[in-house]
Amino acid sequence: MIRVNNLTKNFGNLQVLRGISCHIAPKEVVVIIGPSGSGKSTFLRCLNQLEKATSGEIIINGVNITDPKININLVRQEVGMVFQRFNLFPHMTALENVALAPMKVRKQPRDEAEELAMSLLQRVGLADKAHQYPEKLSGGQQQRVAIARALAMRPKIMLFDEPTSALDPEMVGEVLEVIKSLAYEGMTMVVVSHEMGFAREVSDRIFFMDEGLILEEGTPNEIFSNPKNPRTKSFLSKIL
Amino acid sequence: MDLRFDLIWSYIPLLLQGTKLTIQLTVFAVAIGTVIGLFVSLLRISNFKPVSWVAKIYVDFFRGTPLLVQILLFYYGVPQLLGLDSMSRHVAGIAALGLNSGAYVAEIFRSGILSVHKGQMEAARSLGMTYAQAMRYVVLPQAFKVSIPPLGNEFIAMLKDSSLVSVISLPDLMHTGRMVVNRAYRSFETFILVALLYLIMTTTISQLVSYLERVFGKDDQSQ
Repeated sequence: MIRVNNLTKNFGNLQVLRGISCHIAPKEVVVIIGPSGSGKSTFLRCLNQLEKATSGEIIINGVNITDPKININLVRQEVGMVFQRFNLFPHMTALENVALAPMKVRKQPRDEAEELAMSLLQRVGLADKAHQYPEKLSGGQQQRVAIARALAMRPKIMLFDEPTSALDPEMVGEVLEVIKSLAYEGMTMVVVSHEMGFAREVSDRIFFMDEGLILEEGTPNEIFSNPKNPRTKSFLSKIL
Repeated sequence: MDLRFDLIWSYIPLLLQGTKLTIQLTVFAVAIGTVIGLFVSLLRISNFKPVSWVAKIYVDFFRGTPLLVQILLFYYGVPQLLGLDSMSRHVAGIAALGLNSGAYVAEIFRSGILSVHKGQMEAARSLGMTYAQAMRYVVLPQAFKVSIPPLGNEFIAMLKDSSLVSVISLPDLMHTGRMVVNRAYRSFETFILVALLYLIMTTTISQLVSYLERVFGKDDQSQ
């Protein structure tokens, strides 16, 4: 479903991604872990071209999205993204946040889009907050609205960029529950996360990234119980 | 001190007529300025350098030269350039004020747009919206909200600066005031009345702006 060949990304003289190759199968849940500055978020953001790749290929559903001739907007409709800082639209209610893209991008009529939005808000447990503005919602609630908003485009892949890092500890659980339920429903997902318990529980595979490379990949059991790379070992020993 | 307001009493309808023209000039200038300003601010933040340069040259010219020079340039200079006999004072005045205002409004909108967190654009684009859709539905509504107070200041400045069109004999409030002085020979009484009329207009605008701030500011978070 996602195939990455030798992806590199430079910011000026700084090489952030130094040749990443991987393959992610449909319905697979991959959690990317690694120290900060290792390029995890940059890699994730390349997967929907919020960051343009410097070189290499990213092929999603058979489409090479690094090709400048493709319509990236069509690709992004299939690839939902959830951000660390939620990025809800502050001038719209929760319902309007979720209904906007179906209305403007998919050209759905308003009542249809709002019906869809309502069902998604219900799904993340926030139907009663549909008419609240983001500022009235807690961080955890905002992030759940953000997930509903991404789901409204009916994506085939979901990307999560440290979805719980900006949350107060007591709100992490409610967001992870929603992400887990998506995983169990068979959504293809790539999650950058520091939540190791979550990673162990839901992921099919874990990528350990450091200094712009995937240094090790394996099942949660392999990575957590028997890491092979010394840097994986030292990283896990610091955080577990 | 000998104040004789009674001597200019009969000129009040004339002054009100001047006031009316001042309001008309300002409204047109501001309307033109807002449209141009929005357009130019979008060009100005373009990643395509030649486009943003052209926008910057426009902004720098109209902000970096005196409005008085711009008015004269339009009234006397442009007809010469185009080979016309003359130009309507109204057209010249409104064009100069509007283009001048456009440059200031462009900078206001530009900083408004830049004040919107870049995560907003990214979130919108990640949903598959085009750049234009993301701007229109997500970024600009937020940018507009933060632009209201400086826009209010700009409109007040424009109202006052519109008095410069009196130099091309447009019978605005300023020009009418000078006419009245020439006829009634009462400088203090006339100019204090002119000043008061300007004050009423500027105060009205600032009231309107604070009202708009309350209306647009009530529903959402400040970033």
